[in-house]
Amino acid sequence: MVKVMVYPPTSMILSDLVERTGHEALVVSKEVRKKVNTAGLDSPPLNMTPEDPKKGLKYAAVDVPSGVRGRMSLLGPMIEEADAAIIIMNDRCTLGCTGCARTNELTRFLLRTKRIPILELDYPADELSARRFVHKIREFLEGLN
Amino acid sequence: MIRIAQLSCGPEYSGVQQELEKAAVMVGAELVFPEVSLDDVRNVEERFGIEVASGDLNLAMARATRIVENPDLADAVFVATCFRCAEGAIVRSELRKYIHENSRIPVLSYSFTERTTAETLLTRMEALVTTAKFKGLLSRERQTGLTAGIDSGSTTTKSVVMRDNEVIGTGWVPTTEVLKSAEAAYNAALESAGVTRGEIEGLGTTGYGRHLVGKEFGAKLIQEEITVNSKGAVFLADAQKGAATVIDIGGMDNKAISVQDGIPGTFTMGGICAGASGRFLELTSRRLGVDITELGKLALKGDHQKVPMNSYCIVFGTQSLVNSLSAGSRPEDVAMAACHSVAEQVFEQQLQEVEVKEPVIMVGGTALIEGLPRAMEQLLGLKVMVPDYAQYIGCVGASLLVSGLVED
Repeated sequence: MVKVMVYPPTSMILSDLVERTGHEALVVSKEVRKKVNTAGLDSPPLNMTPEDPKKGLKYAAVDVPSGVRGRMSLLGPMIEEADAAIIIMNDRCTLGCTGCARTNELTRFLLRTKRIPILELDYPADELSARRFVHKIREFLEGLN
Repeated sequence: MIRIAQLSCGPEYSGVQQELEKAAVMVGAELVFPEVSLDDVRNVEERFGIEVASGDLNLAMARATRIVENPDLADAVFVATCFRCAEGAIVRSELRKYIHENSRIPVLSYSFTERTTAETLLTRMEALVTTAKFKGLLSRERQTGLTAGIDSGSTTTKSVVMRDNEVIGTGWVPTTEVLKSAEAAYNAALESAGVTRGEIEGLGTTGYGRHLVGKEFGAKLIQEEITVNSKGAVFLADAQKGAATVIDIGGMDNKAISVQDGIPGTFTMGGICAGASGRFLELTSRRLGVDITELGKLALKGDHQKVPMNSYCIVFGTQSLVNSLSAGSRPEDVAMAACHSVAEQVFEQQLQEVEVKEPVIMVGGTALIEGLPRAMEQLLGLKVMVPDYAQYIGCVGASLLVSGLVED
């Protein structure tokens, strides 16, 4: 079992595919759940505080916008933990945690430079390419064993 | 309850969403998020004219189109993106223009960092809510009865007494202890008007100390500076109808306000550093050994191009000042360079975010430093008007508006 970071890190479909092959999916919803369930913090909706962009300084300098650094405080530790990654490009539904293009670029860059097994695919446009898409992901995940 | 539609990218992840909510609650408003479909976001380019790489910015633009199509969804709009984000800054500016041009909903735009607090936003939010809530009061063009205004500013405290649309008394003191300074300025205004405090039918307060002073003096109106300065400026400049632009370079911050029929539309309030405020001119006059009231006249005799000066940061600005004097520059050139540098900061940092339409009215004590409006004219390529009583603008606006409450 390896830890596989999926990109977009909000993708429940990718997360499900990873879990089905017996690996652990690293997705941002788990990080957000930890924050929301943190006792004593009351900063809705995500329980993020001004301390989080400061934690993001580990991944992006102080002159990088606070929204990038705040998002990196969630995504950075996931990248560090990842043993493998699946990156899907051309996904147009990027909002919220993945709503900032600069954060997304930095995330992909950090994953690519980590020298871990990575599968990069385009978002499928039709049913046939969707079948190939799932097949390639399964093949990649099984190969990690 | 005033509904402020939030169009933003990043505040949740900067940890400041709660501060935005808090500021809205403090001024009796709530933040709302107009619903849009995924197709609205995906097709934003067709409807808004551009699609950008960041999804949250596309979402903000989709929400803007929804508001323009359904103006009942919100009473005001707050546009916010991360400070230092180029993509965010472009979209923020276009969102502000889009709402302004396609609806009558007031807009506030702001770039935040993780250090943004509810208190930082309070005056801006208060102005936004006032503009949305009290259009009737703000459309008032005449002062009636005997009323007064106190402007408790960061550097000076001013007061005026008005009777039947005329200023009949003024008072001005440097701000030390807030209440004592207000007392002194108010007494001076009453004395010069020849009336007693008991005769005043209504008092309005504004400026940083407005809440403290207003409570102490039993003011009928306690109002932030954006609204009263707009009102005071168009009243004194006789520009109550149509468009106008009000520029107020203060001791601690600057305001640039786009006004329509005497009501603020879009505005910015800020100043990255004291180098873009009246403080830098105070410092310049001290270094040149002239009284601040003489600095402007001295500057008019000078040429700013002979002295390189950039007061983006007050420390660097002071270095330029000291270096130029050490290199033998003429005091008049240095004075004009200082005025030009302050005007340039306001031009670059703030005037790009409002629609600059004539007449351009400069107000506040700094407007009386003649070199500053001259420098602004050079930068804008437009005539800049400085009305009589420019330094009392806030008090005049407060006095005018409170007369509406007295009548009611």
